[in-house]
Amino acid sequence: MFNKILIANRGEIACRVIKTARKMGIKTVAIYSDADRHALHVKMADEAVHIGPSPANQSYIVIENVMRAIKETGAEAVHPGYGFLSENAKFAEALEAAGVAFIGPPKGAIEAMGDKITSKKLAQEANVSTVPGYMGLIEDAEEAVKISNQVGYPVMIKASAGGGGKGMRIAWNDDEAREGFQSSKNEAASSFGDDRIFIEKFVTQPRHIEIQVLCDAHGNGIYLNERECSIQRRNQKVVEEAPSPFLDEATRKAMGEQSVALAKAVGYTSAGTVEFIVDGDRNFYFLEMNTRLQVEHPVTELITGVDLVEQMIRVANGEPLSITQDDVKINGWAIENRLYAEDPYRNFLPSIGRLTRYRPPEEVVLEDHIVRNDTGVFEGGEISMYYDPMIAKLCTWAPTREQAIEHQRNALDAFELEGIGHNLPFLAAVMDHPKFVSGDMTTAFIAEEYPDGFEGVTLDEAALRRIAAASAAMYRVREIRRTRVSGRMDNHERRVGSDWVVQMQGESFEVSIKADHEGSTVTFADGNTHRVTGDWVPGHSLAKMKIDGEALLLKVEKITAGFRIRSRGSDFNVHVRSPREAELAALMPEKQAPDTSKMLLCPMPGLIVKINVEVGDEVQDGQALCTVEAMKMENILRAEKQAIVSKVNAAPGDSLAVDDVIIEFE
Amino acid sequence: MKDILQELDSRRETARLGGGQKRIDAQHGRGKLTARERIDLLLDEGSFEEFDMFKTHRCTDFGMEEQKPYGDGVVTGWGTINGRMVYVFSQDFTVFGGSLSETHAEKICKIMDMAVQNGAPVIGLNDSGGARIQEGVASLAGYADVFQRNIMASGVVPQISVIMGPCAGGAVYSPAMTDFIFMVKDTSYMFVTGPDVVKTVTNEVVTAEELGGASTHTKKSSVADGAFENDVEALAEVRRLVDFLPLNNREKPPVRPFFDAPERIEDSLDTLVPQNANTPYDMKELILKLADEGDFYEIQEDYAKNIITGFIRIEGQTVGVVANQPMVLAGCLDIDSSRKAARFVRFCDAFEIPLLTLVDVPGFLPGTGQEYGGVIKHGAKLLFAYGEATVPKVTVITRKAYGGAYDVMASKHLRGDLNYAWPTAEIAVMGAKGATEIIHRADLGNEEKIAKHTADYEERFANPFVAAERGFIDEVIMPQTTRKRVARAFASLRNKKLENPWKKHNNIPL
Repeated sequence: MFNKILIANRGEIACRVIKTARKMGIKTVAIYSDADRHALHVKMADEAVHIGPSPANQSYIVIENVMRAIKETGAEAVHPGYGFLSENAKFAEALEAAGVAFIGPPKGAIEAMGDKITSKKLAQEANVSTVPGYMGLIEDAEEAVKISNQVGYPVMIKASAGGGGKGMRIAWNDDEAREGFQSSKNEAASSFGDDRIFIEKFVTQPRHIEIQVLCDAHGNGIYLNERECSIQRRNQKVVEEAPSPFLDEATRKAMGEQSVALAKAVGYTSAGTVEFIVDGDRNFYFLEMNTRLQVEHPVTELITGVDLVEQMIRVANGEPLSITQDDVKINGWAIENRLYAEDPYRNFLPSIGRLTRYRPPEEVVLEDHIVRNDTGVFEGGEISMYYDPMIAKLCTWAPTREQAIEHQRNALDAFELEGIGHNLPFLAAVMDHPKFVSGDMTTAFIAEEYPDGFEGVTLDEAALRRIAAASAAMYRVREIRRTRVSGRMDNHERRVGSDWVVQMQGESFEVSIKADHEGSTVTFADGNTHRVTGDWVPGHSLAKMKIDGEALLLKVEKITAGFRIRSRGSDFNVHVRSPREAELAALMPEKQAPDTSKMLLCPMPGLIVKINVEVGDEVQDGQALCTVEAMKMENILRAEKQAIVSKVNAAPGDSLAVDDVIIEFE
Repeated sequence: MKDILQELDSRRETARLGGGQKRIDAQHGRGKLTARERIDLLLDEGSFEEFDMFKTHRCTDFGMEEQKPYGDGVVTGWGTINGRMVYVFSQDFTVFGGSLSETHAEKICKIMDMAVQNGAPVIGLNDSGGARIQEGVASLAGYADVFQRNIMASGVVPQISVIMGPCAGGAVYSPAMTDFIFMVKDTSYMFVTGPDVVKTVTNEVVTAEELGGASTHTKKSSVADGAFENDVEALAEVRRLVDFLPLNNREKPPVRPFFDAPERIEDSLDTLVPQNANTPYDMKELILKLADEGDFYEIQEDYAKNIITGFIRIEGQTVGVVANQPMVLAGCLDIDSSRKAARFVRFCDAFEIPLLTLVDVPGFLPGTGQEYGGVIKHGAKLLFAYGEATVPKVTVITRKAYGGAYDVMASKHLRGDLNYAWPTAEIAVMGAKGATEIIHRADLGNEEKIAKHTADYEERFANPFVAAERGFIDEVIMPQTTRKRVARAFASLRNKKLENPWKKHNNIPL
């Protein structure tokens, strides 16, 4: 076995590989850029080598720099993780030349699968099902109809040079095919100056399902079942699971066997993934093969019990696979949520900055469930602009899908993350979405279910009542603590009442609290009661409550007369008031939030260094508008919402005072 | 006998209606609560003891003798906030527009005298059209009687003013002399002369809101210490503030049970100060992570944001925090921030509230604006305030502590009790570049040499150890242990006794 390996990557995947290497008794070498000097993977590794400035193209993907680190540290093998150099044949070649093992497939396999057309051809040769279609040039509309009939409706008529939906038509019959061909051709000619058209099967109700394969250098190859990754946003996977709720045993077997056949056809070794698109009738078609460890590999590990990184290392060390196809079982269900530093309320705009709070749920391995969190960050760490904005991969496993989802909901509720915008509320919303819960999803899930973006979750009445009961009980504790302050008048202390009015999300609940040593019984005006227990005390940001014995996890923040509560993707203020306070609060007028975003005001006296926009520009929420330097520090001012620039009042070099208008919007 | 008892009830009923239901409805229509409703929210339920409910004015001019409503436009008395005694007056806009008469002033003076004698804060809820014109000079005398009491009470008991409606002309000077002024957004304004007079005299056209609304006074003038959305929120937040304050200058600041370990380690503080010395970071994160339960009551949040002032608790006890904010103007001291912090420091010292100072200051802001504005004297206010303060003073330098600003920010030399520095601290006369350019003026043309000198200077002086070698820093501490160190520091100072020499009063550079 290798004594020392280098991980040519960063972030969570570097940490993930280090964990397995450590378990196997192998020493690890991390590489890092300027921005990653204090990163978690650097702390975890036995050694760390600086390999360049922050941008990846000056550090992590500079082959010479990585090779130098290998040479300096004497690493015998390299795990590339995913991204960066993981599918770079030149890197594999450089390693080979240096006599260093690549923990991945041979470069021939990388090259073969790296090209879309070659890989499709190879797949066809290996009898892997590919999307039926006609690749040659199509002369006229009649030929288009003929081909469409051969392929079978519905078909997609596409411009060869096409992209972004331009020059693309879907046809369900001959007439539409004729018409579609003509309009596609015209559009292609005008848009791309290239009117070549091809036709392929249009896959309806498409799902993204992929097969994990594992091959050694001795001709053995197995598949470790599938992962479903249909929940995607702009081709970026968000939620993955294994197995797929959609496949039957026969389809699984067929997909698995074809995948292994393809891997063998290209002389594949190590772990790899064959991606398929599967239609509503479980017809599956090859998309591409990823010749590396996938981001979402943990779900496969959780249902098969196989440590894929360990297997990769062993294969790279020349060992034959110790598991056969018969050993591979599907045990339970695993779900992965990818936490991204992307603000779902601002159209998933990437958010960078300091993680002022990062408290993931506790990782556990129990009989009935597992919580696993693969991450490369820590509290006080930075999400930088240079790399992928992924914060963590939160995985849960349980015997059934239903249970795995429920554990995922609780784990998300318990995940404390502050300082940057992140998609946690969105993930929580997906976990409660009826279509996801029933397993009825396609790759269009997010586009169809959240067409106007994510606007938060509104909880149902029953959930609100549970939160109301918990809030009232917590508020009472908070108020009682206030009465314990020193300096009070003896015998004239404040007595905290038992009747409260809880207001949230437009609802108002009158409740009465009866507390005892174990907890509180909260009675609603309609006579319903909830028993509230829990360990919350003032200051705790995570309340682990039980309502009638059922767990309720709330993120709690103190506000005037109440709490900001976050739970299950919702985020709202709860006010808890005495009846008299509630009566008077009801007299207060509702205020409209003032529109301050029509102007960008200078927040400090300073010098304009840079103006990034011009009159007429449309700016997005969070976009950098200009840079102001004050006391030799640069401050970037950003747009608060989408707007069009109507006037720019300052130029670089101008000295501005506080509240001077820099930019005006329409 | 029964009739006599009923007579009291019915008189009370009348008094409670103030200016009558119609005016109460109008008050509500403006989004404002009545004087009594406000007291209900300010004080613990059922704790209000009213005085002078039946007091009436004595004016006989202009037909005033025809209308003699009970209470004369102000409700006064005492009650408790979380069981602690406070005196309160609440002006009743429904009675003569809350205007101040001789008798109205007498009521206020009565509770102020009691407050000083009995050692409890005074909270004034202001909602008044101004002087009772019909009474003429008697009304003005009433104002002055209140002013005099504000002055005498200053530093004896905390005085809090909440502006919940108009407050104009002479009326502004009573709140102006109290410790804190809070305003209600959109429904309150304060000015010495109103928009009409302004237009006549200076031809400026300005609305009441622009001239003296909550935004003006919290952001521009610094007259107000905070602003709240409405009456309900404002009064709840005043209750919260009172929880932090001692009742008088003879008492220690309050302590309450807390649920936060004093020895809590915050690993993330080790990475709070960025690698690049010119990159800002948010000092509020440090304050929130040091405070019990992350609870921080900020004073003057919207004004001179380059310095942060406010109250936290450590081990349940109130601590006043002053901190440079690197996010704004690099955290430098200037006229506004010096004045803001000086006033806060003096409040804390007057009421025995220990002071925690968090330092990251690159110096005083240069410029003609500052010099013409008198930064010398304004900066001296903060220096003076720190130097005269005898309360426990704990200081933590996180990064820069340059030049005179280092001295000012509760340095050892100003009787700082415990002065800590993080390893990232740079305690020096100025930044390396500036220092090099002066010391090595001869090499100014030679970039290479200057760069070398700068590096040498950084190596030698851009650290906390030069100061530590001299004992100006008591200890260099790991950022992650700051809460524990600060908590222990204040614990060790609980019996601190320090007195300044007797004087009639000092002569702070006003």
